[in-house]
Amino acid sequence: MDKFETFTGIAAPMPLVNIDTDMIIPKVFLKSIQRTGFGKNLFDEMRYNRDGTEIEDFVLNKPQYRQSQILIAGDNFGCGSSREHAPWALEDFGIKVIVSTSFADIFFNNCFKNGMLPVVLPQEQVDILMKDAEKGENARMTVDLDAQEITTSEGEVIKFEVDAFKKHCLMNGLDDIGLTLEKADSIKTFEDQAAQARPWV
Amino acid sequence: MTAPKTLYDKIWDAHVAHEAEDGTCLLYIDRHLVHEVTSPQAFEGLRMAGRKVHAPDKTIAVPDHNVPTTLDRADPATMTEESRIQVEALDKNAKEFGVHYYPVSDVRQGIVHIVGPEQGWTLPGMTVVCGDSHTATHGAFGALAHGIGTSEVEHVLATQTLIQKKSKNMKVEITGKLKPGVTAKDITLAVIGETGTGGGTGYVIEYCGEAIRDLSMEGRMTVCNMAIEGGARAGLIAPDETTYNYVKGRPHAPKGAQFEAALNWWKTLYTDEGAHFDKVVTLRGEDIEPVVTWGTSPEDVLPITGVVPSPEDFEGGKVEAAKRAIEYMGLTPGQKLTDIEIDTVFIGSCTNGRIEDLRAVADVVKGKKIKDGMRAMIVPGSGLVRAQAEEEGLAEIFEAAGFEWRMAGCSMCLAMNPDQLSEGERCAATSNRNFEGRQGYKGRTHLVSPAMAAAAALTGKLTDVRELI
Repeated sequence: MDKFETFTGIAAPMPLVNIDTDMIIPKVFLKSIQRTGFGKNLFDEMRYNRDGTEIEDFVLNKPQYRQSQILIAGDNFGCGSSREHAPWALEDFGIKVIVSTSFADIFFNNCFKNGMLPVVLPQEQVDILMKDAEKGENARMTVDLDAQEITTSEGEVIKFEVDAFKKHCLMNGLDDIGLTLEKADSIKTFEDQAAQARPWV
Repeated sequence: MTAPKTLYDKIWDAHVAHEAEDGTCLLYIDRHLVHEVTSPQAFEGLRMAGRKVHAPDKTIAVPDHNVPTTLDRADPATMTEESRIQVEALDKNAKEFGVHYYPVSDVRQGIVHIVGPEQGWTLPGMTVVCGDSHTATHGAFGALAHGIGTSEVEHVLATQTLIQKKSKNMKVEITGKLKPGVTAKDITLAVIGETGTGGGTGYVIEYCGEAIRDLSMEGRMTVCNMAIEGGARAGLIAPDETTYNYVKGRPHAPKGAQFEAALNWWKTLYTDEGAHFDKVVTLRGEDIEPVVTWGTSPEDVLPITGVVPSPEDFEGGKVEAAKRAIEYMGLTPGQKLTDIEIDTVFIGSCTNGRIEDLRAVADVVKGKKIKDGMRAMIVPGSGLVRAQAEEEGLAEIFEAAGFEWRMAGCSMCLAMNPDQLSEGERCAATSNRNFEGRQGYKGRTHLVSPAMAAAAALTGKLTDVRELI
């Protein structure tokens, strides 16, 4: 996994609440057995007409937002299914950071596994970023994970919270499985004890 | 004396294999269920890293999302090339890594969340995960069960653990008795209507109260299944005699002295008096009506006696969402819900594809005919549910009424298989999600109980089932 580094990029506003994983990547695109290539179908039904032409007024189709790396989204982003294809599609499109007042739990976790940063902020601060994003490509925001700050195009600094372990993994591009296997002894000890206590499992 | 614990606290504490200073835990996983859509990349990851499945004996695979449900499905031509590749990949991975496997040709095949309990893989007090959000279903047994993404599937395959921090405790109590015509599905939808789809985010829900205690295991599974639709990763119901009786004798449930030993532990799995809940929601069973969804989020719930709302009835971001939903659903504010005409009925899914659900449908449609031109299908949740329904004579009732009687699978719940809605088609569905496009591009979904779906099939409109019973 790539290390998460400070970057400055375009933010797209998506104020709709409850954007679900079926909207992010409709199930017809879940049939791949690969992890890549989902970006072209990100938000497919909102982004394209049935004949494959683009729906002009969808935010990511507007010229100023085509290179977006940040999404400023409405409440409860990523609700619905556990499909990791949703973060895969966002990541493949080029999105690195999503900001909302809340995220669905499974989606939230899935983002970190793919080098993406979901940021939870109070409504007032999401509103500030939403307004800034609405200015288009000239309003570039800077995301600094180390300092836990997002800086708007006008220089306003917004601090955010992030779990220390998840931050550490993102900043260092760490593989969870490798980290867990370092604790193989603890797992073995647990298994031995559980086999005594609950042999029927 | 130790502090009183919730049921969730107890199961969590029994499964922590390692805890770091910041509270990040390695939670040991007792059962890992696997299906064909969210696992291929995980098995591929193992292969690339030269890793094995850590505990193949605790890993159970079954194809369900892609598989056709028509009687001719043994013919490979019934599947698209891509679907076939996914099912074949599961076939290959299950054999190569030596996990338990129920192929499409096995009578025990079905929806992973129906097969697990049916075969006795799911037991009280366990931790259960699957790369599918409806894993919450297994919480009905007092098991801590939740969905995970594909990276986590790979993590569990490789280590039999998950990296987790503990969620908060939420209690949802349904007091008193349900009225006739009101079912587990109405309870779970009514709760989401109350809390919203984000109301459970960050929590594990424990459902309790007399109306929950009165439910069968099938009904409890329906309730827990939709915990995720309320945002909670997991829903739990403390095990009791109903649970033990369901589990006893299942193929993979403990037997003899082992069963007695297990039972002794299971009987300790309840929330202690005075344990702390971070959030409490209470509904009176008597207040719950048969409900339907009118919009494109499971929180868009109203009693069947209601009318389509107006965007102005809402606040904040929901105003725009409601406007969009009403337009997508082709409805008019103020329209009576019972005036909404439907052309398709789907009965099945991990929410409502069990034998009790089919019995409820049969009770409503016995000796009657579905509306002319109605497309109505009943898709049992497993091959064994199908066999039982045939043995009980339910299949004959369905076919005589005009329903299609299908083979087991996820079917039209998510339309990754040939069962889909066409553009503009409107469906009364017993499944769990009414999202835009969920059942097919531009398809319109109204979530209801099996009895309500049966009523709609007869009249061609969303219908208050109480008028038919």
